[in-house]
Amino acid sequence: MIHLSDVRKVFNQGRPNEVWALNGINLTLRQGGATVFRGPSGSGKTTLLTLVGCLARPSSGRVRLKDRDISGLPERFLTEIRRSTFGFVFQNFNLLSGLSAIQNVMIPAYPRGLPHKALRRRAMALLDMLDMGDKAEAETRWLSGGEAQRIAIARALINDPEVVIADEPTANLDSGLSAQFLAIAGRLKRDGKTLLVTSHDPFVCEAALVDRVVTLHDGRIVEAG
Amino acid sequence: MLFHPVIIALLLSSLTSTAMVGASVPFAVRLLRRWDLASGSEAQLLLERRTYLVSTLVQLVLLAQLASLVLFVFNADRMASLFTGAMCAVGTLEADRFGFPALYANIALFFLAAAWLTLDHVDNRGWDYPLIRVKYAALLTLAPVLALASLAELAYFLGLRADVITSCCSTLFSGGGITVAGNSLAALPHGLALVLLCLTLLAVFALGLRFLVGGRGGTAYGAASAAAFPVALAAVVSTLSVYVYELPNHHCPFCLLKAEYGHVGYALYIPLFAATACGIGAGIAQRCADRASLAEAAQRTARCLAGWSLAGFAAFAIVAVCLVARSHLILFGPSAWRPLAEFVVGGGR
Amino acid sequence: MAGLERQRQLLDFALSSLARRPMKNLASLTVYTAVVFLLSSVMLMSHAIRREAAALLAGAPELVVQRLVAGRHDLIPTDRLATIRAVRGVAAAGGRLWGYLFDPAVAANYTFLVPPDRSIAAGTAIIGSSVAAVRGVGPGDVMSFRGYDGRPVAFTVTSTIAAESALVAADLFLVSEGDFRRLFGIPADRFTDIVVTIRNPREVRTVAEKIDAALPDARIILRDEMRRTYESVFDWREGMVLVLLVGAILAFAIFSWEKASGLSADERREIGILKAVGWETADVIGVKMLEGLVMSLTAFLAGYGLAFLHVFHFGARLFEPVLKGWSVLYPEFPLAPSVDEIQMASLFFFTVFPYTLATIVPIWRAAVVDPDMVMR
Ligand SMILES: Nc1ncnc2c1ncn2[C@@H]1O[C@H](COP(=O)(O)OP(=O)(O)OP(=O)(O)O)[C@@H](O)[C@H]1O
Ligand SMILES: [Mg+2]
Repeated sequence: MIHLSDVRKVFNQGRPNEVWALNGINLTLRQGGATVFRGPSGSGKTTLLTLVGCLARPSSGRVRLKDRDISGLPERFLTEIRRSTFGFVFQNFNLLSGLSAIQNVMIPAYPRGLPHKALRRRAMALLDMLDMGDKAEAETRWLSGGEAQRIAIARALINDPEVVIADEPTANLDSGLSAQFLAIAGRLKRDGKTLLVTSHDPFVCEAALVDRVVTLHDGRIVEAG
Repeated sequence: MLFHPVIIALLLSSLTSTAMVGASVPFAVRLLRRWDLASGSEAQLLLERRTYLVSTLVQLVLLAQLASLVLFVFNADRMASLFTGAMCAVGTLEADRFGFPALYANIALFFLAAAWLTLDHVDNRGWDYPLIRVKYAALLTLAPVLALASLAELAYFLGLRADVITSCCSTLFSGGGITVAGNSLAALPHGLALVLLCLTLLAVFALGLRFLVGGRGGTAYGAASAAAFPVALAAVVSTLSVYVYELPNHHCPFCLLKAEYGHVGYALYIPLFAATACGIGAGIAQRCADRASLAEAAQRTARCLAGWSLAGFAAFAIVAVCLVARSHLILFGPSAWRPLAEFVVGGGR
Repeated sequence: MAGLERQRQLLDFALSSLARRPMKNLASLTVYTAVVFLLSSVMLMSHAIRREAAALLAGAPELVVQRLVAGRHDLIPTDRLATIRAVRGVAAAGGRLWGYLFDPAVAANYTFLVPPDRSIAAGTAIIGSSVAAVRGVGPGDVMSFRGYDGRPVAFTVTSTIAAESALVAADLFLVSEGDFRRLFGIPADRFTDIVVTIRNPREVRTVAEKIDAALPDARIILRDEMRRTYESVFDWREGMVLVLLVGAILAFAIFSWEKASGLSADERREIGILKAVGWETADVIGVKMLEGLVMSLTAFLAGYGLAFLHVFHFGARLFEPVLKGWSVLYPEFPLAPSVDEIQMASLFFFTVFPYTLATIVPIWRAAVVDPDMVMR
């Protein structure tokens, strides 16, 4: 489904602080299943996810999504693809403070112009599914880490994406909450979503639901799983 | 006359618009030279991002242009009382030789900006920025027109002098006397004007329906609506206005906007301007449909614009018919038909 | 109708986003409102005065004939009336008596006038509201002035003129013809000037030309010319004030620019999140422009409303000296409320347009942040 060939990403090109975050990645990711990216800090895991998830464009090389070359697409179209294909769960959740939980969940759908009522119903259903129905009107600032993550997951799912991307999902959680995350991830996988996760956490890398572990080092794949 | 409040407002708007678009010109040149979509370099990314700014700016300029066009005419009408012999906007515009050029330049600018925004809209639908060079080359032509329009406006307002009486001498005989709309448009025979208008509108409707139904002839439709604009204006000046005022020799296109005539001018001009802008846009969008990445999106935009444009022309036609029907003036008695008959017969030979 | 629904939701978001940063936005809104208030006060004020003047001129004679001697205004002999009445197109002609008198007691100028349409008993006077206020007199009181020959001339005030509209009515002093001539020493065969009524208003100019030909020493003043002069004087004054205020507008634009570009880290992060979860740059720009629009409309309505109150209910204390002149006998009448579309439109150009332009670049800059920023 996603195919990367000789993908490189450079930051601050031509300046003294030039960094090659990715250095010739060749990788094919199939639809469905759960893939974990691991590697030491600074090895380029997050950067790889931004390229796959259409958050950024590679400096060179090709990224293909369902046989469509997306590496040269303008931001406008990357955004469209990102909105409809990918859902993101960020490491520090990145909820908007000052808004209620359900508003946060609905935000990614605003530019689509869906009828407000239907959108709200869908957001509510997602929150119920994650046992957060009673917190729908709560302000996100006061939510606990586990609750905030579940709101973030609901937000990632609002546009019904095929792929869910999670960057270090368990870094801020204790082991009980990590287990809860894995349970939700298992449910998503059963629903047919493709999961792409980066993690240092052995608890995640060795979980039963993980189909494949890709190891990176210095911007290269050292073990493709 | 520079210290008139409305004049300051108009100059403020046109000069800052010019400055803003002018500031985009170096960027346009850079883009024309450096654009390379295949490159994922940061320079290319910066170029792409800057296009958002330029689009937003031109949108703003278009809005300001529209508002200041209305304000310009409105104000000319209001200032008529300042000039000896001026009855309405025409008098004010005639009071300096740059008056009408400034008006025309502003109208042209309105259509150009609308056309540019159509290009921009269509281009943004294509994944490979198919029109980016065309668009920025067009911006390079839009900028001088904007500058010229602003300069004409500035020259006009600088040149305006009210006939002031001072306390020591009478200025009774100061005014040179200004002829009201004595130009050739007004002299167009009524029959000829109406026939031309009917024919043009029929052609527009035929081409528009052909395009909407059959999907062909979009460019022709654009050209037809561009041509319909002056014809419609000529008909307004020479004949429709006469029907409204019910005075055989009053030809003013501006008095129509006055409250005395129920602001009927807006009912004529708003649909006409919108229809022309949309029609030209439809033609432009259709021309873009030959780019692979735009085939579908451009066609959709063109149809949508053509639909609005047709609706606008229809509204104009309906209002025009109503005005003629409602009027107490009868222009076409048996003898009034003679010039038309001569025209038709003469044209047939 | 997806487009409409979309705009609605973006507007919702813009409103909530404004509400989430109340302090910062209130500060901007206050400054914005103050600028609108200042400008619209000037405009409302001068517009109202202009209307007063127009109303005044509407009642003025169409044509006034004065006599010039050596280039100076002189009294006009009564026999000129016959000459003027003989001109074709003249409906009527009548002599007027009016003049100014300086009152050293209060250092003010009164306008003395013999009203053509009402008769005033000898020895009595009807006075304008400002005269009454400045001299502290009312009906029944006696006012005395030194005549041209040094002898005092006394007037018993019978009533004051209600102060509703006219700018000039405030310093009026209406007296009888005999008293007027006695006070100023004007012989019985002289008038101050002659007013002429014309049968067909379209022929004013032609008639004026004929009178000019018949009376070579006459100066002819047309009401239209007067109106023009007044209007351009008022426009000019208002324009000057506006030009002076351009500095304020500029400062305001810079302020808006600063405010809009001084995005907190929090706001930048928020925009990054929006983009990461699927908002397009254009959506972000749209929302920010909507925020600006909401700010503009609020400030515009509030500022205009306040200015309306200021000018029409509180006498526009701030601006009177500039726009009305520095006369001691300043009319105490409330200006009649009036709103003018053209002025509102130009006010929009003076405030909303600079604001929008000033914020556009900062908004764009914020909107193009890298969406992958939120991943780190
Ligand atoms: N915007 C940027 N500008 C400059 N350098 C960057 C930028 N983003 C990432 N880098 C650099 O690219 C390299 C890879 O970063 P990345 O975040 O992908 O690593 P990571 O594997 O996710 O690390 P961690 O496990 O700590 O999250 C790092 O050296 C980082 O400093
Ligand atoms: Mg990382």
